[in-house]
Amino acid sequence: MSTDLQPGDSPLISQLRQGLRRDQIARAVHDIGAGWQRRELWMTLALHDVRKRYRRSKLGPFWITLSMGVMVLALGLLYGQIFGQDLHDYLPFLAAGFVVWGLISAMINDGSQAFIDAEGMIRQLNAPVSIYAYRGLWSTLIAFAHNIWIFFAVALWFGVDLNWNLLWIPLAILVLLLNGLWMSLFFGLLSARFRDVPLIIGSVVQVLFFVTPVIWRPEMLPGRALMLHLNPFYHMVEIARAPMLGQPPELEHWLVVLAILFVGWAITLFFYSAYRWRIAYWV
Amino acid sequence: MASITLENVSVSFPVYSASTRSLKNRLIQSATGGQIRADATSQRISVVQALQDINLSLQSGDRIGLVGHNGAGKTTLLRVLGGIYEPNSGRVAVKGSTVPLFDISLGMDQESTGYENIILRGLFLGLTRQQIKARMDEIADFTELGDFLSLPIRTYSAGMQMRLAFAVSTSVVPDILLLDEGIGAGDAAFLNKARERLQRFTERVSIIVLSSHSDELISNMCSKAVLMEHGRILCYGPTDEVLERYRVLRG
Repeated sequence: MSTDLQPGDSPLISQLRQGLRRDQIARAVHDIGAGWQRRELWMTLALHDVRKRYRRSKLGPFWITLSMGVMVLALGLLYGQIFGQDLHDYLPFLAAGFVVWGLISAMINDGSQAFIDAEGMIRQLNAPVSIYAYRGLWSTLIAFAHNIWIFFAVALWFGVDLNWNLLWIPLAILVLLLNGLWMSLFFGLLSARFRDVPLIIGSVVQVLFFVTPVIWRPEMLPGRALMLHLNPFYHMVEIARAPMLGQPPELEHWLVVLAILFVGWAITLFFYSAYRWRIAYWV
Repeated sequence: MASITLENVSVSFPVYSASTRSLKNRLIQSATGGQIRADATSQRISVVQALQDINLSLQSGDRIGLVGHNGAGKTTLLRVLGGIYEPNSGRVAVKGSTVPLFDISLGMDQESTGYENIILRGLFLGLTRQQIKARMDEIADFTELGDFLSLPIRTYSAGMQMRLAFAVSTSVVPDILLLDEGIGAGDAAFLNKARERLQRFTERVSIIVLSSHSDELISNMCSKAVLMEHGRILCYGPTDEVLERYRVLRG
């Protein structure tokens, strides 16, 4: 637990020192593990979240699919014209990118709200707090499972070469979700304490959408390749998009994403060890 | 054997106003931190001391009532016992499965059917889906809601929702039960039936800690009581004595 607060010492700083204490780390790891054990609970909660949004509408959750379809078609036709692209290649590329981007951005945006939204439950339920991060990820995954059909429809229509590389997709999604988990825990924690963080994250993610090659192709940016390769989201999108378009996986993208995974988890474990027990006080 | 031990437990809440919660102010303050560092803590965040040096030891069979004014720290103490708040200092050792029943309808979803809510509520209480399905008939029978269970609970009256929540919440017997203000349930006819069930339920629980403003409820249910004031334990002993002292305190 914690030391007493010394006068003149900011509580945030004094708690920070606990991030490296072994018992605190063990507790944080236990919280994440015990959260996984309660998966029946958070899977049900996530399902209810999704259903609640579309309850009593005729199409239900298929609105997710439909709105993604409208988006891809409209943007595809528009930007295909602007960029002078052949729709046979461009539309599948856009659909794949959009679906993957939807997954990544929702993981970050929902993740930062994970603890804030669960305020009432956190203060009344003696469950590991990590269940709220899992819950957000699961509803994101449900939305993704609805969206990916848009890609397959477009891919079949334009005769994209769907080959054995498709088998890389589940692995890529798994790695993205593991990244999403640390992002939810980390940004969720930060947002619970500083309520501007979700707003900042929201606008940064919006900018990243345009900076990351989702609606434009990496080849369209010949001179500034460095800016592209320094963008972690480019690599995250690419590990899932490439196999969708039938391309073999590229080592560079995978290495970068795995590096993000390890560094991200190391930082998150430190902060989660130090501040996890404060979440109930903050929300 | 369930047991709870608290040693020198203190809990304090930082009170964040809108301005201390914003990152902008935090950054600006850090930048100018050099000047105001001497009294930085007191300026930035006011701290509410909710619990102070609590020592308490509970064994199997204990029925403890928490009494005290509003804001005396009763609910905070219950949350510490339930593991929701980890204290700032001191040690908490809890042995046994704990269920905090502060709001028996926590997590119920208005748009879902009665059956779905039984499952949802059961999952909240730590049951698995399989265990809930095994108890489903018994719970459904007890609620007497019949066909209504297939309708969304937003079509229920408040009393009907209460029956449902009550039936599920009393279907799991934990080692340690934490209650805030007791459990209320439905209309008069149902109340008798509920009382019976509540009694059978509470008899099987090892330790009950109940916070309430009702002297009657406390003296009916609890063998010992704790009187709290300003986050401290004022006295701890047999219910009658503690309640008497509380009456004197209130004037």
